[in-house]
Amino acid sequence: MDIVAKFAARLILLIFVGGLLAATLARTSPGYGVDEEELDARLKAESIQALRTVQAKAPDAVTFYCRYMSRLIRGDLGVSIALHEPIRKLIAERSPETLKSVGLALILGWMTGLGLAAASVMTRSAWMDTGASLLAAAVLCIPVAVLALFCAMTRTPGRLVIAVVVFPKVFKYARTILVRSFDLPHVLMARAKGLGPGRILLRHILPVAAPQLLALAAISVSIAITAAIPVESLCDIPGIGQLAWKAALSRDLELLVILTMIVTCITLLANCSAELLSGRRQGVNA
Amino acid sequence: MGLRRHRFCFALSLLLATVLCSPLHGQNQLRFCIGAQPTTFDPLLVADGPSETVRYLTGGVLVRLDRSSQQLVPELATSWTINRTGHAITFELRQNVRFSDGTPFDARDVAYTMERLMDPNLHSPTGDAFRSSDGKVTTTIDGEYRITITFPAPVVGLDQLFDQVAILSARSPRKEMAVLGPYYVEENKAGSYLLLKRNPSYWKHDAAGRQLPYIDSIRLDIQQNRDVELLRLVRGEIDFINSLTGQQFDQLKSTAPQVAFDAGVSLDSEQIWFNQVPAAPLPGYKKAWFASTRFRRAVSSAIHRDDLARVVFHGHAQPALSLISPANKFWFNARLQPHAYDSKAALQWLAQDGFRLENGVLRDSGGHEVEFSLITNAGNKERELMAAMIQQDLGAIGIRLNVVTLDFPSLIERITRSFNYEACLLGFVNDELDPNAQMTVWLSSADNHQWNPNQKSPATAWEAEIDRLMREQASTLDLKKRKQAIDRVQEIVWEQEPFIYLVNKHALSAVSPNLHNVHPAVLRPQVYWNIEELSFATEIARNR
Amino acid sequence: MKRVRLAAILFLVLITGTAFSAGFVAPASYARQFRDIPDASASRQHPLGTDDLGRDRLSRVLVGTRISLLLAPAAALLSTALAALIGGVAGLAGGWVRTVVMSATDLFLSLPWLFLLLTVRAFLPLNTSPLLSVVITFAILGCLGWAGAARIICADARELCGSEFILSARASGSHGIHLLRRHILPNLQPILFAQFWISIPVFILTEANLGILGLGVAEPLPSWGNLIRELEGFTVTSAPFWIFVPLILLILTVSCFQLALQKEDLWA
Repeated sequence: MDIVAKFAARLILLIFVGGLLAATLARTSPGYGVDEEELDARLKAESIQALRTVQAKAPDAVTFYCRYMSRLIRGDLGVSIALHEPIRKLIAERSPETLKSVGLALILGWMTGLGLAAASVMTRSAWMDTGASLLAAAVLCIPVAVLALFCAMTRTPGRLVIAVVVFPKVFKYARTILVRSFDLPHVLMARAKGLGPGRILLRHILPVAAPQLLALAAISVSIAITAAIPVESLCDIPGIGQLAWKAALSRDLELLVILTMIVTCITLLANCSAELLSGRRQGVNA
Repeated sequence: MGLRRHRFCFALSLLLATVLCSPLHGQNQLRFCIGAQPTTFDPLLVADGPSETVRYLTGGVLVRLDRSSQQLVPELATSWTINRTGHAITFELRQNVRFSDGTPFDARDVAYTMERLMDPNLHSPTGDAFRSSDGKVTTTIDGEYRITITFPAPVVGLDQLFDQVAILSARSPRKEMAVLGPYYVEENKAGSYLLLKRNPSYWKHDAAGRQLPYIDSIRLDIQQNRDVELLRLVRGEIDFINSLTGQQFDQLKSTAPQVAFDAGVSLDSEQIWFNQVPAAPLPGYKKAWFASTRFRRAVSSAIHRDDLARVVFHGHAQPALSLISPANKFWFNARLQPHAYDSKAALQWLAQDGFRLENGVLRDSGGHEVEFSLITNAGNKERELMAAMIQQDLGAIGIRLNVVTLDFPSLIERITRSFNYEACLLGFVNDELDPNAQMTVWLSSADNHQWNPNQKSPATAWEAEIDRLMREQASTLDLKKRKQAIDRVQEIVWEQEPFIYLVNKHALSAVSPNLHNVHPAVLRPQVYWNIEELSFATEIARNR
Repeated sequence: MKRVRLAAILFLVLITGTAFSAGFVAPASYARQFRDIPDASASRQHPLGTDDLGRDRLSRVLVGTRISLLLAPAAALLSTALAALIGGVAGLAGGWVRTVVMSATDLFLSLPWLFLLLTVRAFLPLNTSPLLSVVITFAILGCLGWAGAARIICADARELCGSEFILSARASGSHGIHLLRRHILPNLQPILFAQFWISIPVFILTEANLGILGLGVAEPLPSWGNLIRELEGFTVTSAPFWIFVPLILLILTVSCFQLALQKEDLWA
């Protein structure tokens, strides 16, 4: 109970700080408070002045954030200036798309990454290992925009690009972690006793490598969410990532703050879950 | 061999897609892309391209500028007259017309629209175009279908401005969503697509008495990536692309020539200007360079405009020379010629100002190496290429040019607020034929006088002269006098080069062969300006 | 596989040597525009053809190799070093220090750093030389790219802290920075190498995308990132194969880094 309360308190504090920092970064960045409409040659001086007056009245980051939080507590997320829709509605409509994309990416990325890493380690085949490494290197080097265009050309779902982004990182780290565990004395003993590779992997390697793999799993959530931003924008997937990109380009402060809070929350939940699980596993082993 | 096979496959897939797969998207639905979500559905507040698209497709206007002939044609107004002084315009309205929700249309709706449009608190770009002076705009309803709109001062090109004014209903509970145009907004999935359906009450019929439009619905997909947009056209998923780059045009032309259209030079231009704001955070010697006409003329002479048109735009552009494009036949000053590329002349101009070339480096009279930065917006490949070419051109006369691409909000902040820049490369998107629409660019006191805005009094004699000429042309209805004034403005701009005009781009578009009655124009919207007359060839065959 | 590793090392030496002798090897200046032959096919004068502006592609690849090969690994080294320090200290210290550091790391991963980059660009003079601009870009990437790896390194360090040799080291009087430097970090080498190897292509590609913010490599300087961006258009469907050379080079180089520097003898 104590742990849960501490975790909850930490989560709330960090979400709050994350939102404030995002507001500060966006509010103080160049281009905030300017409107492309000012360049419209039809607008007279009074209209341009009116536009600038509205923008000049924008509060500083801290004031904005305090007002924003007081509205947030009442459930009012505000209206997006990028899409002119209530933010609550936008997030509700778009979250399922991103959850689908990120979820699929993580499953596929891990299946491929961990699968190839395990295969490299367990078979101890140079060709298998080199082939998998080359594949990971190739995929790592291809820009997301090229992958997105490739998906568009082959009518492949664009969300697979996120899986392609996740896979090489999972592969590389997982391979490193598994290789080290493979050389531990108890694994050598298990191999000497003639245990099959599957059993060695599941019973003797993975449990030992669990804390690092759990940490990697948590980080891969962050990688997937970060990758979702350009992928959804390029592939026109109407998810949170596309929303984040539009919000950044139009300096939509209210949207940026809430999206940062969501991402912070997901990142924290993923990482804290990983910590809890690895802590519990250590407790069991002790 | 592999390359030829690749190209053949591409061409084959394109043909197959266009012949077999159209219309993939259901019965009689037109499909094309817009680059972003429209910011508003209120036609009076339209300021961005996607919103303008929706306004054009849904809004009913009193008069329409025929994009092909560039002549005004009656729409909701059957006729109109402007009084002798240009203060007032009287419209005779079409009778028995209804909004999309069935509400009847009459003079009260026009009065209501004008009242809202001219509300000073609305700050509508469309409304501002009518504002030639302070004072109230009044409307007089002379009958159910007759109205006179009176302005406090003459408004030049008055009738043409009504092409942008979509009439709102004064009585409909649906407010701006009740429309008089050929389509109405049925569905809006923010950030994804819009669906427009044919207006069941649309007043227009064809010669055979069939109600227009021919096409039942329009789906506007929000697609930012232009490469994916092109791919979708090739696959037959969309029916046209309103604006192509030169490279895309050439690629389509080589594989499917019937799809790509070059309507000729457009009204748009690309130009560079130097920061001449006295308070700009620049060293004094640089301010002196930028303020010097000879320096600007030298830079202009050193730029190879033909190369820009040929290399960057693949020949689908031509060197520009002044504020009016040659596409604007009446207003263009045909006596002027683009500045020729001449690096020797450039060095001569510079020598007159005390510059000298030493070991390939140009220095001013104070010994400062001539180096400055050129900012432009990132993501526009054509501008990035132009900047790189200009960098080489200026390098040939010893000028070091640093190209900096910035995201658009940062760029706008520099050119409108902080003035922390040296030179800027941007384009001018021009939808208006009448040069009066450029008043806020050429008046020295205006905000859009980019190189030195908001001057309390003109900084130079030539800017004072331009002020005088622009005001003069705005105060008379005599076209001959206006033409003389505008011709003189073009000459001054040509001589002084506050904007170094680079190219006028061509209007390039791509249209599926299945779409009938398309006549791409240079004025926006290039392809669908006659939307109610467009139809699918398969539909025509089916109806025969 | 020793031969494979040798081949990888030779390739790296060759590519590095060629890149640094670009001045002698390149057929033309990387900035010179042959405007009569934009998008030209491969020829004797231009073995890899020319780009959109008629610039010799081979020359640009060679010069771009120099820039990317030097700066991307340097930035990767920086981010790896930061990840090692922060993750290592957090894992070693444990307790509230680990909690605070990892919370800060999580926050770091969530923030929209785009705006910081915009602010950096705003403070840089517009006349910053292309070379200085690219050095600053990679330095920023190095400073921002550590957070993900720090978490894994922290978990790894935490596991190591419970191992016998660390207990033995502590019993011998080793603690703090000495323990971290002599006993923990050497055992984290494989993870650190993984981070280093992943970061190189990520930074090269990210640098190209930072052009949208005014950072990255400015004209006319080439880099692998901005050369690979030629592939991002629809025209790539009918593009000749030499346009893919920078991408192939990047893949080969990253793979050779992997093969050459990998220490574990995994293979039987």
